[in-house]
Amino acid sequence: MLSVAILVFRETLEAALILGVVAAASRSVAQSRRALGIGVAAGAAGAVLVALFAGVIAASAQGMGQELFNATVLGLAVLMLGWHMIWMTRHGAAMAAQARQVANEVKQGARGLSAIVVIVALVVLREGSETVLFLHGMFSGGGLTPAAVAAGGVLGVGAGAAVGYALYAGLLRIPVRWFFSVTGALVLLLAAGMAGQMARYLIQADILPGMLDPLWDTSWLLSPETAIGSLLQVLIGYDARPSATQVIFYAVTLTLILLGAKLARPPRLNH
Amino acid sequence: MKKLLISLFFLAPALALAQTPEFRITIKDHRFTPAEVRVPANKKIKLIVANEDSTSEEFESHPLNREKVIPGKSKAQIFIGPLKPGRYPFVGEFHEATAKGVIVAE
Repeated sequence: MLSVAILVFRETLEAALILGVVAAASRSVAQSRRALGIGVAAGAAGAVLVALFAGVIAASAQGMGQELFNATVLGLAVLMLGWHMIWMTRHGAAMAAQARQVANEVKQGARGLSAIVVIVALVVLREGSETVLFLHGMFSGGGLTPAAVAAGGVLGVGAGAAVGYALYAGLLRIPVRWFFSVTGALVLLLAAGMAGQMARYLIQADILPGMLDPLWDTSWLLSPETAIGSLLQVLIGYDARPSATQVIFYAVTLTLILLGAKLARPPRLNH
Repeated sequence: MKKLLISLFFLAPALALAQTPEFRITIKDHRFTPAEVRVPANKKIKLIVANEDSTSEEFESHPLNREKVIPGKSKAQIFIGPLKPGRYPFVGEFHEATAKGVIVAE
């Protein structure tokens, strides 16, 4: 049971941490909690579908369907995170400052909300489908009773969710004047990290060349198998042995989002 | 001469494709066979992993920077390298206790 719990925890953790960051970053958006809920539900349903069709997906595109699928999901999530970040730059600060001007906000909020739903759904979908495949295998003959597998699954998801919630709660304690900078930076690094991961899948599928692979190797310093290493892997896209291609994707995403946010920053009000 | 160059141009990708050496690994009873695969260093290679179990497995290796889910009763191809000479362990993440192997580049 513990082995099941540990694996499910690892798979859940990534989604939970990202959810924690997104939840904190969007806390001032009206009805963002509901958007998170819808995103999780849609993502979970999608995860089951993806797991059901895992064989079909894997066999498509000359056996590279899974890589393309993962790269697409990550790419979409990067776009949405980038857009959300730029959108929050434009509206977030104003929303927090003048929470009363509801009429305009609800309209603007709807667009921000759909981004949150999509981001959360994509993240849950990706991590969830692997969890579903694993649990399905365990149920259909892993030498454990179904009850033990179920208990392990619940324990793993619960523990993952708890860590995600802890991150969320921790972020909320950040004083208001730094809050937007910190959550904004986290969303930015999250998006850049996902772009790097996306490049890795495209290299794995032999669609992109893995230039200078690896560009560096810091696994002696911080292994991705340690707790801190895997935490940083999710949150800031840490990779102990990235190829230059990955690093370029990371840097370009970072630059583009920063640039977009700078251009979108509302002019100072003069009254 | 020009003709030769043109035909070489069109042939080159096909040759490159044919030159990617392939290595086969089988998963059965949540174990890899062979558990140690010797591959040439400094060359891109293609792993073909056949999962003969009825349950899914996730091929994962941090040193190789690769992860891929292989559904039950199916085959997956994974491109790796060019690798510097050395040992690159990999695991089947869904059954890590038994599914272990290593790529040796030399």
